[in-house]
Amino acid sequence: MSQPLSAHRFPLTLALLTVLVTLFMLTPMALSMTAGLVNNYSRGLASGLTTRWLEQVWEGYGDTLFWSLVIASSCAVITTVVGVPCAYALARSRSRGARLFEELLTLPVAVPGLATGLALILVYGQFRYFRQSFLFILVGHIVFTLPFVVRTVGSAFANRELISLEEAARTLGAGFAHRLLGVLIPAVMPAIVASALMVFTLSVGEFNLTWMLHTPLTRTLPVGLADSYASMRIEVGSAYTLIFFIVVLPLLWGLQVIANEVQKRYGT
Amino acid sequence: MAWLIALPAHKGWATYIAIFTHPRYWLSLLNTVGLSLLVTFCTLVLGGAVGIFLARHAFVGRAVLLSVLTLPLSFPGVIIGFFMILLGGRQGLIADLSEALGAGRWTLAYGFLGLFLAYLYFSLPRAIATYTAAAEKMDCALEEAAKTLGASRYAILRDVWIPELAPTTLACAAIVFATSMGAFGTAFTLATKFEVLPITIYSEFTNYANFALAASLSIALGLVTWSVMYLARRYSHSATVLL
Repeated sequence: MSQPLSAHRFPLTLALLTVLVTLFMLTPMALSMTAGLVNNYSRGLASGLTTRWLEQVWEGYGDTLFWSLVIASSCAVITTVVGVPCAYALARSRSRGARLFEELLTLPVAVPGLATGLALILVYGQFRYFRQSFLFILVGHIVFTLPFVVRTVGSAFANRELISLEEAARTLGAGFAHRLLGVLIPAVMPAIVASALMVFTLSVGEFNLTWMLHTPLTRTLPVGLADSYASMRIEVGSAYTLIFFIVVLPLLWGLQVIANEVQKRYGT
Repeated sequence: MAWLIALPAHKGWATYIAIFTHPRYWLSLLNTVGLSLLVTFCTLVLGGAVGIFLARHAFVGRAVLLSVLTLPLSFPGVIIGFFMILLGGRQGLIADLSEALGAGRWTLAYGFLGLFLAYLYFSLPRAIATYTAAAEKMDCALEEAAKTLGASRYAILRDVWIPELAPTTLACAAIVFATSMGAFGTAFTLATKFEVLPITIYSEFTNYANFALAASLSIALGLVTWSVMYLARRYSHSATVLL
């Protein structure tokens, strides 16, 4: 870092842009937080503060929060259990098929969630009970997030040092189970935690896909949000957004702290 | 997935190229690509500026500011649509301000501008996080050498910053472009008058139950974004981007 030098390079322009961008990013957050607490949005703070919008949201949409968290945690667990072995197999395979498969793994970023949702409905839509359960949304989320796990953990497995470490363990006569528990898993632990966290975050916020898959009885948090924006007073929508901030953000932040701890402990 | 690709064939091969033959779909695709390109460009410029600023200046609350600025990464798209309604909607802040200035109530949330600002909103955090990380790793020696040799500010921007950050820029651009192309929640919440492809696909599917066409449009959308990501990956191997 060369503070005195670069600080005088584009001082004003950069600082001004940063302030502008910060304002642009913060104003809506502040607006939505206050709008959920006032009696009447168009009259502003003068109409007094209230928690009745929050209560209304809690009654009408409280279950969406619960289901979102359930789906996100199950999704994180399942994608980890399925994705880690897949990642290992891919990282150790030298076949052309494996490379092609890796290319396919970038698809969920490129293919809009809308299309994935469409595909799932077209294929599985006729199984009525499946279609009407939260399982359907969970499957959608798994399809969407699994590639992230395989990619993140796969690149950790592909680390050259780890490959030679594993070779060394094998030369010394360690069986696969021994190598797995003693060498591989500890080495890729940070990647596993990071990817599980990413899956959780993606799943909680997922809308594109979920909106296609949801039914009036199976709604997640973002689906409920969209519903309240479309059909309720602006205060209710804001209160709902506030609940998202209060519940989900500290949770994500706490998970991030845990992930960083793991990173410190296992990271090299 | 395979089903999705095969489906349009049931309605005849013409469905695959409907996006080229029907002006409405073609326009929607052009709208989406144009909007995404514009958003990508502005995001890179603004995100790059903020990233370099944050990487170079140590001040109290810098870490907090950075984490607040990257907070929207975890917001669902619908929330960002709602933010735009609060800012530029009929009861929005901008309407209040413009009325106070005697210019009538401006509502920009439901048109092109609202959509553009909303897309910028969800793209910026990613660019800021990526550029801050990249600029912190940037080698200062080049810049110092350039300065000692009397290079102008503009010359440093052009010959040092832009080339140093080029791999980051390329990778970041691809991700921002891809997310903008596929963003559905935001446009959906704004019920925008500016039609983008994800909305077209959605209305084909739900309002007209035209599954084959919806599938065909999804394929077109997927192909555009996938090829952009593919090209970006081919040309930048080293850069890492926050997804």
